[in-house]
Order: sequence, then C-alpha cells, then structure tokens
Amino acid sequence: MKNICIISRKELKSYLTSPMAYIVTAIFLALSGTFFATYLAGTNYADTSIRGFLEAGQILILLFAAVLTMRLIAEEKKLGTWELLLTVPVRDTEIILGKFIGSLAMLTGMLLLTFYYPILLMVFGDPDLGPIITSYLGLFLLGSAALAIGIFASSLTSNQIVSAVVAGGILFTLWFLGIAGNFAPGALGELLSYLSLSRHFPDFVRGVVDTKAVVYYLSVTAIFLYLAIRSTETDRWR
Amino acid sequence: MIRIQNLTKYYGKHLAVDDISFNVEKGEIVGFLGPNAAGKTTTMRIITGYLMPTRGDVWVGDYNMMNNSLDGRRLIGYMPEIVPLYTDMTTRAYLYFVARLRGLHKKRTKIRIDEVVETCHLEDYIDVIIGKLSKGFRQRVGLAQAIIHDPEVLILDEPTIGIDPIQVAQTRGLIKEMGKRRTILLSTHILSEVSMICDRVIIIHEGRIAAQDRIENLSTLLKGGNRIRLKVQGPVEKVTDRLRQLHGIRAVSYEKPYHIVEYPSDQEPRGEITEDLVRNGWTLLAMESVEMSLEDIFLSLTTAEVKG
Ligand SMILES: Nc1ncnc2c1ncn2[C@@H]1O[C@H](COP(=O)(O)OP(=O)(O)OP(=O)(O)O)[C@@H](O)[C@H]1O
Ligand SMILES: [Mg+2]
Repeated sequence: MKNICIISRKELKSYLTSPMAYIVTAIFLALSGTFFATYLAGTNYADTSIRGFLEAGQILILLFAAVLTMRLIAEEKKLGTWELLLTVPVRDTEIILGKFIGSLAMLTGMLLLTFYYPILLMVFGDPDLGPIITSYLGLFLLGSAALAIGIFASSLTSNQIVSAVVAGGILFTLWFLGIAGNFAPGALGELLSYLSLSRHFPDFVRGVVDTKAVVYYLSVTAIFLYLAIRSTETDRWR
Repeated sequence: MIRIQNLTKYYGKHLAVDDISFNVEKGEIVGFLGPNAAGKTTTMRIITGYLMPTRGDVWVGDYNMMNNSLDGRRLIGYMPEIVPLYTDMTTRAYLYFVARLRGLHKKRTKIRIDEVVETCHLEDYIDVIIGKLSKGFRQRVGLAQAIIHDPEVLILDEPTIGIDPIQVAQTRGLIKEMGKRRTILLSTHILSEVSMICDRVIIIHEGRIAAQDRIENLSTLLKGGNRIRLKVQGPVEKVTDRLRQLHGIRAVSYEKPYHIVEYPSDQEPRGEITEDLVRNGWTLLAMESVEMSLEDIFLSLTTAEVKG
C-alpha cells in the first residue's frame, strides 16, 4: 500500500510539472465547454442539463486517457528507469496500481474543473441534479477503464506514440462494438453490445445507475490492469 | 553472499550466458571482466531480479532470486549500465523517491540523502534538475541511488564508463572504500581497473567463464606472453612459414602489412628472427612490441582452454 502511494504521488507530481497534462486539460475544457454552451443555446436555454458537455466529454475522455497514460511505462522503458523499478523491492502489481492511481488522480482533478458547468446551471437556472451526479459517476468509471487500457498499451512498448496509437485502437474498437452489435444477429449482437464501452454510458446520463454498467466498467478496468501486470512479468522472461 | 549455479540465458534463440557458475563471498570486491557482448549485463540483470534466467539458480544472501526475489532485492544496491534517472526530477527528489521505494522511512531518508550526497560529492547539484547534469555527475547520482539504503551487496555495471580521468580515480577510490563493508560485483572492460580495485576477477567471454582467479595469480597468466609486430620486405607466405619454424615462437599471423609474432615470456627469439630474415635475403623494415589487448587476452585464454 505504501509503495502504491509513493509511486502514484511521483506520477501525479510529474504530471503537474510537465506541460503535457496542462495542454490536454486545456483542450478538454475548451472543447467540452464549447459543446456545453452550444447545446444550451440550441435548446434556447430550456434544457438546463450538461448533455452538451457529456456528448463531447465521453469521447474526449478516451483521448485524454490515451494521452495521459502513454508515457507512464513506455517512457520508463526508454529512460532505463524501468530497470530501477523492477529491481527495487516492490511488486509488479504495486507498480501498475501506483501508476493507475496517479493517472486517476489527474483525471479526477480534470473532472473537478468541469464542475463549473453544473455550477453555472445552478446559478442561472434550476437543473435536475440527479442525472448530473450519475453522469459524473459514469464519466469517472469510463475514464478509469480508459486509463487502464492506456496503461496496458504503455506496458507493451518503449515508444510513447505506439502506446497512444495502440490505446486509441483498443478504445475505439471497444467503443464501436456497440454499432457492430446493432447489425449482428441475436445473442451475438447482445454480447457485442454488452462488451461495448459506449453502450453503458447513456444510462448514467439519464440518471440511472445500473449495476450491470458499473460492473462492466470496473471489470474492464481490472482486466486491463491485470494484463498490464502480466505484461510486466513477461518482460522479465524476455 | 552471491551464488550462481549453472546460469544460462537465451534471448529467443540467441545464447547470451552459457552455463556459468561462480560465487562472490561476503566482503569481496569481484571484477567481472569481458569484451562487448560477453554477457556481463545479462548476468547482472539476472542477479538483481530484472530478468529471469532460462536455466540455473541465483542466490543473494539466503534468498533464491527466482522464488524469493523481493527479499533478495532488499539486500542489493544496483547501478545498471544505463543509469536509470528521471531527467525531470532534481537530484534530491530522485534520491528521495528511490530511498522510499527501497523501504526507508521519511526521517531516515533525509539523513541518508545527506550522507550519500557527501559521499558522492554531489553537494552543489542536489537541487539541480538531473537532465541538466553532465554525464559524470549523472553517473554519480546513479551511484548515490545504488547505496542510498546502505545495501550489503552492490552490483555495479560499468560504473566508471564515460567519466573523466580525475573522476574515475575518485570513483574507484569510492568503490574501494565502500567495499570494506560490502560485497561488490562490478563489471568493466578495463583490465587495469580490475587490478586497481578488485580482490578477484572473473573473466567472461561469449557467455562463458574463461578464467577466474585472484588478481595476483591472474596477472602472471595474462602477462604470460609477448607479441611483436614485424614489417618485412619479402613474400608474405614464405616469411610466415619461415617464422613459424623458428625456435621459441608460439604463433605467427599476418595482418597487412605486419607479421604478428607471439612468444612465451621465457623466450627471447628476436635476435634469431633478425638473423634468419637476413639469411633468407629479406629485409626487416621494422620490429616493435605490441601490448596484448583485452580482446587478445580473451582470445588467448579461450583458445588456450580449447587446447588444454
Ligand atoms: N534484450 C536483449 N534482447 C536480445 N538480445 C540481447 C538483449 N540484451 C543483450 N542481448 C545480447 O546478449 C549478448 C550479451 O549481452 P550483454 O549486454 O549481457 O553483454 P555485456 O557483456 O554487458 O556487453 P557490454 O560490455 O557491451 O556492455 C549480446 O550478444 C547481446 O546482443
Ligand atoms: Mg553491458
């Protein structure tokens, strides 16, 4: 536990001292803010919800996760510090979890910054708070699944660009499985839909917390963190 | 303190370490000497738990590095060949991070940082971003991180490479000093470095141990031969054949435009060579002795083994 803390704190600190995280956050806020405002204007300020932000946010958060995680392991491999991490008395699991929690803290920070959308709505109108709260839970769960996928991708290579591309590939494949599910027949179609990252999000937007959806996002997170740990272990058997 | 038994490592199909066994006793400084690609780094990576061997066993202290790697790793301080530095951290933040991962609590970490910074002469660079340090100072930070937890065993992969002669001397002094209380295995290509700091040397070549002995004994073995270089005006083949027939000569080869002649140190064939060449009507343009290079020593050791 202590080791996880030490590693996640180091990761968070290195996010906060490098320009990358700030640039990505700025882009995220600018784009999601634009969608938030355009949607409001589109409904003539009748629908005081954050739907506009969520429409863009669900995709942006995937990109955000791929970019935030691409350096987590790939850069260590390039710098040679991976050899240090793998020879100190710290478990592979602790290394991966430390990195995951560090990036999750960064993601949480960014989500906190977007709180000013609902706050604006509360100041100028009377939004329905239920769906807003569940939507944030949804974004958080979706984001953590995406971070786990990004960390797994980063564990495969010493090249950050490759890591981001692989993460993007996995994320968008999982995202668009839902569409494939629409065309596939019967049980296969349902299975594909269930496996899709995109299928579970609309529930949260509507204000529903479906256990199935929560379990789905948590499982994706756990599976990809596990794969990242395994990939670290197999590195030693090269 | 370190026991290695029948260690073999394949990278895919490539055999990097071939069935080597050796021990390093408590308090010894052992030099691990070998040319490029001999398998030094690979062996050290297995000892430190970074890599798993294909076959064989490694014990550090009482711990088997295959089944009990975490406990083994606690005893080790390791300076890898590529010094593992976070270039965006300051020296202090970096040492703090490593010390905490090594299990030191906060108070002890602060004390140890001050100590290793003094030992490694990093006082002026403690709050500098590592990316801005020169190569030699990065090397020192690498050394500082290896000793931050005051480990019993130190594994140093080419600790003096790429630093200037004055710093090399300092670093060697430092290693010798540290070796008084610790078990050290260090790798190098530099023959003289081994004789300066090590008690014992293990020579590795193409993944196998070519020789291992105490420094005193080995140096006679290594100095056991002389070689000279001749420039002769005459038919290359005939000259070579003739030289081979002379008394007291171990080997003759031709590397354009020189004939290289090797002979045992208890022989002195140079007078005879000169006379013989003249007698055959060839002209001796130059004759000079050449140092045995590390590569030659490995070759003579390994070929000697095959012969013996
Ligand atoms: N990760 C790897 N994958 C494949 N082959 C490798 C790997 N690392 C080393 N090798 C090969 O294993 C052999 C031994 O390499 P090693 O790095 O152990 O040598 P070394 O003695 O440390 O050499 P040097 O003095 O150049 O550092 C070399 O032939 C090298 O090409
Ligand atoms: Mg090496």
